This record gives sequence, C-alpha cells and structure tokens, in this order.
Amino acid sequence: MTNVTIDRTSATLAEDMTDLRRLHRSADSPLRRTLRRFARHRLAILAIVVLAVIALAAIFAPAVERYPYEQMDLRARASAPSPEHWFGTDRIGRDIWSRTIHGGRISLAVGLMATAISATVGLTIGAFSGYYRGWVEMILMRFTDVVMTFPSIVIMLTLAAMLPRSVWSIVLIIGLLSWPKFARLVHGQFLALREQEYVLAARTLGIPNLRIIFVHILPNVLAPLVALVTFSVGEAILIEAGLSFLGLGVPPPAPSWGNMLEAARNLEILQDFPWMWIPPAVMTVLTILCVNFIGDGLRDAIDPRLVL
Amino acid sequence: MFKYLLRRLILSIPVLIAITIIIFLLIELAPGDIVDYYMSSEGQMTQEAVEQLRARFGLDQPLPVRYLNWLGKVLQGDLGFRFVDGRPVGPLILQRLNATALLIGSALIIGILIGVPLGVFTALRQYSFWDFTFTGLSFLGISMPAFIAGIFGLYIFAIQLRWFPSGGMRPVDRTPTFFDSLYYLILPASILSLQYIAQYMRYTRFSMLEVLRSDYVTTARAKGLPERRIIWRHIVRNAILPVVTVIGFSIPGLVVGAVFTETIFSWPGMGTLYLDAVQGRDVPLLMGMNLVIAVAVLLANLATDLAYAVVDPRIRYD
Repeated sequence: MTNVTIDRTSATLAEDMTDLRRLHRSADSPLRRTLRRFARHRLAILAIVVLAVIALAAIFAPAVERYPYEQMDLRARASAPSPEHWFGTDRIGRDIWSRTIHGGRISLAVGLMATAISATVGLTIGAFSGYYRGWVEMILMRFTDVVMTFPSIVIMLTLAAMLPRSVWSIVLIIGLLSWPKFARLVHGQFLALREQEYVLAARTLGIPNLRIIFVHILPNVLAPLVALVTFSVGEAILIEAGLSFLGLGVPPPAPSWGNMLEAARNLEILQDFPWMWIPPAVMTVLTILCVNFIGDGLRDAIDPRLVL
Repeated sequence: MFKYLLRRLILSIPVLIAITIIIFLLIELAPGDIVDYYMSSEGQMTQEAVEQLRARFGLDQPLPVRYLNWLGKVLQGDLGFRFVDGRPVGPLILQRLNATALLIGSALIIGILIGVPLGVFTALRQYSFWDFTFTGLSFLGISMPAFIAGIFGLYIFAIQLRWFPSGGMRPVDRTPTFFDSLYYLILPASILSLQYIAQYMRYTRFSMLEVLRSDYVTTARAKGLPERRIIWRHIVRNAILPVVTVIGFSIPGLVVGAVFTETIFSWPGMGTLYLDAVQGRDVPLLMGMNLVIAVAVLLANLATDLAYAVVDPRIRYD
C-alpha cells in the first residue's frame, strides 16, 4: 500500500519536473524574445550571412588567396581581370583579389580592435561618473563633452601624421578618440541603475564599490551597448579607410581597403584602371551596409523605442 | 535669451583654450619639427646652422613660452606666418574658409531641402512602395562614406558621362560667372550631401511616425480639422524639432566629409590646406586652422541651440 503511494508520488514528481522544464523552455526569456525579434529582420539576417562570408574570407585569406598579396607579376602589370587574376592586377603586378581579401583582414581587425578600446574606455568613464556622481561626474563628463565637441577627425589627422605609420597607431588613434558615445550611454544607464534596490542591497552588505560597478550593475548595461558596439565597428572601419585613403593610415605594402582606394586619387587610375579601386570600394560599402543593417536589427530587437 | 547667449559664449572660451593646448601638445610632443623637414630636403647642415634656424622659428624656447606667445599673438588677431613659405596664416585661412563654407553650406542646404521633405513624404506613406524604396536607398546613403561616394561620383559623372568638371573650383582660362561657379560646385556639393540627405530623411521619417501616433493628432482628426492642416500644423511642425538638433550635430561630420570631398575634387578649401599643413609640420598653420575649426564647431552648436528655441517656443533660455 505504502509502496504504491510512494510510486505514485514519484511519478507525479517526475511528471511535474518535465512539466516544469517544458514550461521553462517555452517561457519568454528576455534573451529569447530579443533573438526572436531580431530574426524578424530579414535584412539583418541576410546581412549577418554576407558579413560572415566576408569575415571568413578575411580570416582564411591565406587559403583563399591565389597569389601572395605582395607578389609582383611583372609580366602582367596593370592587367584587366582575367582567369589568372580574377580582379586584375595593380600597377606593379600584384593580384587585386588577394589584396582585397587581405585588406579585409586588416580593415576588419582594425575595426574590432579600435572598438574594443573605445568601448572599454567609454564604459569605464561612463560607469565611474554615473556611479560616483559629484565631482568625479563633473570632471569626467565635462571632459567627454570637450572630446565630443571637437571634430575628432582633425585630431586624428594630426595624430596620424605625427605618429609613426603602423596598424597599431591607427587602432590607438581611433580607439582613444571614439569613446565619448559609449561614455554618454553608459553614464545615462548608470544614473538610473544606481538608484535600484539591488544596488542599495549590495551596498548595505558592504560589497566594495568596484565590485558593485562591474559585477552588479555592468551586466545590465550590456544590452543597449550591443547595438552601439556594432555601429562603432562600422565607423572604425570607415575611419581607417578614410585615413588610409589620405595616405595617413595603414602603411604599404600591407593592403587595407583604404590604402587600396588611395590609388583612385590618381585620375589616370580612376579613369583607365577601374578594377584597381572598385573591389575595395564595393567591399567597404558592403561591409558598412551589413553592419548598419545588423545594428539596426539589434537596436529594434533590444529596445524598439530606442533611437540613435 | 541674450544673457543665455552671453553665458554660452563665455563658457566656450575655456573649451577653446583646452582644445588649442591639446593640439599644441600633440604637435610639439611628436618627434621631429620643421627644421628636420628642411634638413632632410637640403642635405647636410652644420649644428650651428640648425640651431640658428630653430631660433628663427622660435623653436629654441620652452613649450609653455611658445604656447603663450602664440596665444598672445592670436588675441591681437595675428595667427602668425607659415613655416613653409612665410606667408601670413590669417588671410590664407580666410580665403580657404570661404571655399569650404561654400561647399559645406551648399551640401547642408541640399541635404535639408531633399532629406526632410523625403522623410515627411515616406512617413505619410509608411510601408508603401516609395517608403521601401527610399528607406532602402537611405541605408545605402548612410553606409557610403564621402570619399567612396566621391570616387564613384567623379568616375561616373565627370569621367564617363562628362557632365561635370573633374575638379577645381573655377575655369582656369576666364573669370568665372555665377553659372561657371555653379557648374563646378554641383557635383562635389551633391556628393557631400548624399550622406546627409539619407540621414535627415531617416530622422524626419522616424520623428514623423512618432508624432503620427500621438494623442493630439487623433484629437485633431476627431475635431474634424482638414487633413492638410493636421499634417502641416500639427504633425510636421512637431516632428521637425528633433531634426533641427540632428542637423546641428551633423555639422562636424560635414567638416570631415569636406576634407575628403575637397581632396577628391581638388577643391581649394580648408581640407586640402589641412593635409598640406599636417604633412609639412607647419605648426602656425595647423594651430590657426584648428582654432578656426573649433570656433566654427562651437558656433554651430550654439546656432543649433538657438534654432531649437526658434522652432520650439516652449523652450526658454534664462
């Protein structure tokens, strides 16, 4: 008799557990809701696919390239696209296809690294000024305003001309000058979040401020940051391309989309050898287009009311 | 209002000083100066001659002294002389500033005149064919940086179609008439404005859609006001407010775009001059240009605030 009861109970318990799990699985977790909203943006999904192809080509550039990007084919200088050279060659006979995918490698890497720097700096400044308020906020936010007021490209041009030309200089220049938008956003979020009960609870428990900032509050700021990070990568890629286009960015012989485009500043190349500049131009626009679509989709998915 | 203006102007003075100090430090702390530039181009020079040359440019004095000297001269309205050819910086900048202002001003006007009405148009026909077309194109617009748009524009309209000249600001063989100038201006100005047409359109459309959903629009409809009046007086008037700020914020971006557009179209403006100055380490010219650009940007910010007060009478500055 008792055995039966026990069996019966355990059966219900097991059933309950599966029910619970099923319930949990179908539950609308914020992450899942966000993902579902994102999936509604067909263009954003398409953009992710296209960007993934570009990124994969860049990552596996040594496998995808047909010639080493710095190898000169002196018998085929400035030759039009052909079966040997899919995108043609430049004036000293380097394969444009190989240079385009290698350029993508550098351009994407610069975009990601520069954004990593600017997001970190902006996050820290925004978090501290929003959490501590008072004079810390005064100084940090005034500083942010000053950096924001100035057209940073002017400082970038000055710096790019002064610093030794290298990929790292470019990453630093872009990273250290594009953080204000992150600081602004994080600052605003922290102002609201610092008043929440869980922060008060953490303080009452005597948890150190730094831990509260980075472990308790920060994770709640990440969602609105995602879209900004996406746009920021696109912007960094554009700045790198722009600086390199002016001859102040990634130094040759290493290719980047920007310094390949520099060739187009020469009217003769622009007019007679379009295959030398069309591939990097199209790749840049395509990448930025994808980034913008993804960022837009993310922004709508995370907070449909947020405007940028 | 006047008091507010005055306070803003006074507040921007420390900002300006901070900016010039930063730029000065950036230039001066970098290794190498104008004398190295001369040396590399003219071969061997005795140590004595080098010192003499440094003294002539005032480079033998310590940093703070040099900065204060520069600042003192600026307060007297003197921006100094170019290192490269000894010409005065002030008039040169003024001349180039005019060319750039013409380019940026035209681009801004084209951007507003096309972008804002397009935004209104597409918002009133949300999800229609035209809405999808223009919204899609606007994505292309915001994703196309000025220099790539410039390269394509130059290739298509100047080289292939030969509709416009491929560069410069005026014909070389005669004094330009108004139409000559317009002919040279149209292509670079439209190229520069592309990104802003797209941007203004997107913001206007978004802002319009926001207002279209608001209660007072429903109220206006319920009152039986004519649709035309609702659209212009109630919707557009309110939707335009945030757009004004966006237009103001886009001015620094226009300055950046102008650097590229000028380079591509050989437009004799500030952008090309700045590149010359940067590459030649021309400190007086660089400092002068940075000051002018900073003043321009701060004034643009102020103008945005004022424009905002004009469009939105609810805002009071006291």
